[in-house]
Amino acid sequence: MAKKLLLSILKMILLLTAVSIITFALAELSPIDTVNAYIGENSISAEKRAQIEAYWGLNEPAVTRYLKWAGNILHGDMGTSMIYRKPVASVIGERFSLSIKLMFVSWVMSGVFGLLLGLIASAYRGSVIDKAIKVYCLLLESSPAFWIGMILLLIFSVKLGWLPLGLASPIGMTVEEAPLSDRIRHIILPALALSLTGVSKITLQVREKMNQAAESDYALFARARGESKWQFIRRHGLRNVMLPFITLQFGALSELFGGSVLAETVFTYPGLGNVTVQSALKGDIPLFLGIALFSALFVFAGNLIANILYSVADPRIREGGHSI
Amino acid sequence: MNKDKIILEVEDISVSFRMYDKGLSKHDLTVIKKLNVTVHEGEILAIVGASGSGKSVLAHAVLGILPSNASVGGEIRYCGKQLTNSLRKEKVGSEIIMIPQSVTYLDPLMKAGKQVRGLKGTKQQLEEAFRRYGLDKSAEKKYPFQLSGGMARRVLISTAVISDAKLILADEPTPGLSEDMAAETMRHFRELADQGCGILMITHDIEAALKAADTIAVFYDGETIDCCTADDFRQGRDALKHPYTKALWSALPENGFLSADASELMKGAL
Ligand SMILES: Nc1ncnc2c1ncn2[C@@H]1O[C@H](COP(=O)(O)OP(=O)(O)OP(=O)(O)O)[C@@H](O)[C@H]1O
Ligand SMILES: [Mg+2]
Repeated sequence: MAKKLLLSILKMILLLTAVSIITFALAELSPIDTVNAYIGENSISAEKRAQIEAYWGLNEPAVTRYLKWAGNILHGDMGTSMIYRKPVASVIGERFSLSIKLMFVSWVMSGVFGLLLGLIASAYRGSVIDKAIKVYCLLLESSPAFWIGMILLLIFSVKLGWLPLGLASPIGMTVEEAPLSDRIRHIILPALALSLTGVSKITLQVREKMNQAAESDYALFARARGESKWQFIRRHGLRNVMLPFITLQFGALSELFGGSVLAETVFTYPGLGNVTVQSALKGDIPLFLGIALFSALFVFAGNLIANILYSVADPRIREGGHSI
Repeated sequence: MNKDKIILEVEDISVSFRMYDKGLSKHDLTVIKKLNVTVHEGEILAIVGASGSGKSVLAHAVLGILPSNASVGGEIRYCGKQLTNSLRKEKVGSEIIMIPQSVTYLDPLMKAGKQVRGLKGTKQQLEEAFRRYGLDKSAEKKYPFQLSGGMARRVLISTAVISDAKLILADEPTPGLSEDMAAETMRHFRELADQGCGILMITHDIEAALKAADTIAVFYDGETIDCCTADDFRQGRDALKHPYTKALWSALPENGFLSADASELMKGAL
């Protein structure tokens, strides 16, 4: 176990190094000029520009800048965001606290609905219900999250006016000031948009695994012992579907992160996804690098948790001493 | 107990599977053509027959657990009543019990004790069954992958004896068991039969069948070709009618393995 953990940590360090180098290189190669993006419409003199470049250290060679940045990171200093003029760590912290709520809600929703729909589809295998769920999932799976987001906005905000058009709180209020009911109202649509694609994936997988379980010898035996369909699902089906479900659910964290960027953009939800887009468009390299590292870490943690849970949940690994 | 009371009566049943070939064409694969068996109260009926002769399919047909592409013809009666799906709902699992052929019928992720108890078994019944089949108490908490082949087999048998069975369909219950355990199982079957149970035991092992069973039905290629008492068998070759059964008799060790290969003989006979 200790060896495995050490290996995981080593893998993580390698991953973070690779991510930071690639992100840095991409930012270097991008046509966006940081100073231009920063000053926007204003025009400034060449001297002024040189001053800003010197201040940000932009005229040093790329390798030097990367090494400097990496050295600071090792000391726990993620640098300062150029557009927010705040330490990168605090920008990420603030915005992530909004994003994590959004992601958590949609993660739970896609897990719960995915499991339920998958079970129902499998229980009524081959029926109209099963087919309807399958078609629904395939449709959803092939539609991009932002498109779904816009449809939801059109229906629930524009046409019906039930839910707000965007942001995380009513206009004129910070999120902290807004009452809980408002905050919930603001999170529903983006969370829904974010969860829908996840739901279809989980539903289809759960359905597939449950169908496999229903065709197994132990399902036959359960029937021969007088267990009804739902008794089988409760007593045997669930425990056999749970393992792949756990892997899938935690593995979905990476897609969730990617999806949140789109959902937050569509719903102008001021979370980390939104900031990611801003930092990329404005060439805020320290912030962009910081977010890249942070998201890599987040996804890595998700996969690690999935692995650990899997080995705890599967008796064949837990008590059999087999490794994953 | 009434030795004349019929518990299970299978009359001229046939089973075929609808097979889908490449593309849209399909054909029916008939695996049981015309099977007849009768099990009385207190009787142990052994079914012998080559691999693939349709023994397991028969048991599954009685239990109503054939796959959906199977179609069944003929009649199955349980205690005089036609065994319909609604009657099955009532009886299968409580009175009609199966001991499956392989240990893969155990749920790989459920502990043995819980599996043996099933829906209705009590703790006492579980402990009693485990004691009887020499299973340690610690085996209750074990998953199938932690059991040896013989232990898993005994767990399977325990699942059956925990109920108030009237009819036990045992699909090769003894392979993998030690001689003692196999003998204990047979003793137990006899005990259950004496209490009024009917037992249909599928086996490859004619010797074992002869020791434990009252009646022996011989299957060949989806048909019951012979049905005789164990006594007929013991009396010797001349008491047996069908050439295939005679060949089976000759192949027994104490009869000197007169191995006129049974299936060879069969080809000549038909
Ligand atoms: N679901 C199925 N679909 C198609 N054919 C099947 C199916 N189940 C069984 N069969 C066929 O039916 C025949 C009888 O199978 P069965 O399992 O009853 O044999 P058996 O007599 O129990 O043999 P064994 O002694 O090896 O267990 C075999 O030829 C088998 O291939
Ligand atoms: Mg068989």
